[in-house]
Amino acid sequence: MGILEVKNVNKRFGGLQALGNVNLSIRENTVHAIIGPNGAGKSTLLNVLIGKLIPDTGSVMFDGQSVLGRQSYEICQMGISRVFQTPEIFGDLTVLENMMIPIFARRDGAFQMNVIGAATNEKTIIEQAEHVLESLNMADKRYFHSASMSRGDKRRLEIGMCLSQNPRLLLLDEPTAGMARADTNNTIDLLKQIKDERDITIAIIEHDMHVVFSLAERITVLAQGSPLVEDTPDKIKGHPKVREAYLGESA
Amino acid sequence: MLGLNKRDFTLLLIVIALAGLAPFLLNPFPEGSAMAQFNAGYPDLMQKFVIYGIFAIGFNILFGLTGYLSFGHAAFLGVGSYSCVWMFKLLGYNVMPGILLSILTSGIFAYLIGVVSLRRSGIYFSILTLAFAQMSFALAYSVLSNPKFNLTNGETGLQVYSNDPQWLHSADKPDLPHLFGLSMRATHEMQLGAWEFQFNVGYYLCAVIMVAAFYLSIRIFRSPFGMMLRAVKSNNTRMYYTGLNARPYTLAAFVISGMYAGLAGGLLSAVDPLAGAERMQWTASGEVVLMTILGGTGTLIGPVLGSGLIKYFENIFSKINDSVLHSWFSFLPDGMEDFMVTIVHPFVGKGWHLTLGALFVLIVIFLPGGLVQGGQKIRGLFTGRTEAEQAAADANQSTPAE
Repeated sequence: MGILEVKNVNKRFGGLQALGNVNLSIRENTVHAIIGPNGAGKSTLLNVLIGKLIPDTGSVMFDGQSVLGRQSYEICQMGISRVFQTPEIFGDLTVLENMMIPIFARRDGAFQMNVIGAATNEKTIIEQAEHVLESLNMADKRYFHSASMSRGDKRRLEIGMCLSQNPRLLLLDEPTAGMARADTNNTIDLLKQIKDERDITIAIIEHDMHVVFSLAERITVLAQGSPLVEDTPDKIKGHPKVREAYLGESA
Repeated sequence: MLGLNKRDFTLLLIVIALAGLAPFLLNPFPEGSAMAQFNAGYPDLMQKFVIYGIFAIGFNILFGLTGYLSFGHAAFLGVGSYSCVWMFKLLGYNVMPGILLSILTSGIFAYLIGVVSLRRSGIYFSILTLAFAQMSFALAYSVLSNPKFNLTNGETGLQVYSNDPQWLHSADKPDLPHLFGLSMRATHEMQLGAWEFQFNVGYYLCAVIMVAAFYLSIRIFRSPFGMMLRAVKSNNTRMYYTGLNARPYTLAAFVISGMYAGLAGGLLSAVDPLAGAERMQWTASGEVVLMTILGGTGTLIGPVLGSGLIKYFENIFSKINDSVLHSWFSFLPDGMEDFMVTIVHPFVGKGWHLTLGALFVLIVIFLPGGLVQGGQKIRGLFTGRTEAEQAAADANQSTPAE
C-alpha cells in the first residue's frame, strides 16, 4: 500500500482522452518521478492528485482518505504540500513574513485559522521562521522583498515554506523549469538534503532528465495519458518503450 | 508605546497634532484678506475632513490590505446615517446611542453583503458590491418610504420631527444633537489679531473618534491578521496551498471596513441630523475609492490625506466663481483679464471636478503610490536616498520591533 493510491483514473476534455486508466501507487518515503513527453497528461494527473480536477472515473486516496472534491486548503491540511512550476510565494511580503505565514497556519501541530489572539505567539513564530531561514541559508535575506529575489531563491523559499508545515507528501511540478544551471543544481542539492533528513514522500514531475536521474528512486513514464512503465531509474534509462515514446518509432 | 513601534507612534502623534490643531492649520489667512476664501477652518468642513477620513481609513483596511475593491461602501455609510437618525427619533438627541447603533447595523449589513460578494474576487466582486449598494439606494430612496412603512423618508431624507417619541429626551437638554448635554454645534470663537479660529464640539468629537479609528487601523496593519490580509492580496493561491481558507479573513476585513463606514455615517448624522438616500449613491462609493488611491493605497496616513484633499476641492475650489476670478486678474489689461478668466473658468467653481480629475490622472501616472509616495520622493531629495532604500530601511527598522 502506497501513501498515495491512484486507481482507474480517466479524464476526458471533450474529444481528448487526457488520462486513460491511470493506476499509480506512490510508496511512503520514496522519491517518485513522473516523466513523459509533452502532452502526456502529467499536468492533468497532478491537478487530479491535488483535487483541483475531478476525474470522470476512478479514485485518488491519500493515506486511506479520498482527496477528490476537496478544497485546496483541506488537501494541504491532510498533509500534501505543493510546489508550483513558477514559484508561488507572497511577492509583496518580506522573506521573513513569507516564512511566518505557513508557521502561523500550522502551529502547535495543528492547522489554525485564528490570528487575533495570536499576538503572544508572534515572537516564537518569528524565531521559528528565522530558524528555518537559517537552515535554508537565507537568513541574511530575511528583510528582502521576496519578489525581488532570483528564481532559485524563490524556489528555495517556496520549498522551505512547504516543509515548515511538515507535510507527508511534497508534490513538485517541474521544480527547475526556467532556471539557470547553478540554480538547478542548488535545487537538486536541497531536495537531496530534504530526502536524507526527513521522513517525507516526494512526487516530482519533471522534464529535465538530469534532475530526474539525480533524485528519483522510482520513475513512472506517462505517454498519451497512460502509464507506460514504472521502474527504477537504472531500468528506465535503457527501456525500449521509453525511447520509443520520447523519440518516436524511427528511433 | 501603546503597542506601536517608534515610527508608527510618531505617525500617530502627527495625526493627533493635525487633528487637534486643525482649526489653526486650516485658517492660515487673516479674515477679510483676499486669500481668506482658501481658509478651510470652519466647523462644517473640518467635520467633513475627519469623518471622510474615517470612511477612507476603513476602506483602506479592505482595499489596501486585501486588494478587494469594493464599489459599494457608501451603502454602509448610508445605513450608519439612517441608524443614527433613528436613535435621535426614538431615544433623543444624545449622539452616543446613535453612533453605537450605526456601527452595529452597518456591521450586520456588511456581513450579509460580504458573505455573498466575497464568493467572487476581482472585477466580479466589485460589480457585486456595486449592485448591492445600488439596491440599497433604491430601497432607501423609494421602496422603504411608503406611508405604511416609512423607514427612510425617501427623497426628503430622514429627520427628527416634533411628534417623534424621543423617550429619553428631557427639557433641560438641547434640542439638537448633543453629547451628554454638550451641543454638537457649540463653537468657541477665538480672535487673534486679524485671525479668527473656531473650536467646535462636533468637530472635536469626530476628531477624537478619528484618532481612535486611526490607531486601531495601525494595530490591524501591524497585526498577524493584517499580515494574513496582505498575504491574500499578494498570492491567493499560495494562501490556499498553505492550508488557509482566505474567505474568513477577507470577510472579517470587509465587516471591519463596513463598520468604519457605518461609524462615519453615524457621525455625519450626529453633526447634522438629516440622512438622505443620496449618501448611498454609487458616486459616493466611487469617491472613497478616489480618496484612498489619491492618498496612497495600503499606506496608513494616505487615506486621511486623500479625503482631506478631495473635500477641500469640493468645498473650496467650488466656491471660486467668475467675480472672484475677475478680482484676481484685475491687474491685467481688460482684454487679457477676460481672456484669463475664460481660460481658468472651466477649472474652478462648478468645474472643480475637472481640476480634481486632472490631478487624479497626474497622480496615478507619476505617483502610483499616491500623495504618500510624493512625500517620500520629497524626503528622498533631502536625504539623498531612493524610495527603495528608504523602504528597505523602514523594513529593517520596523520588523524586529514587532
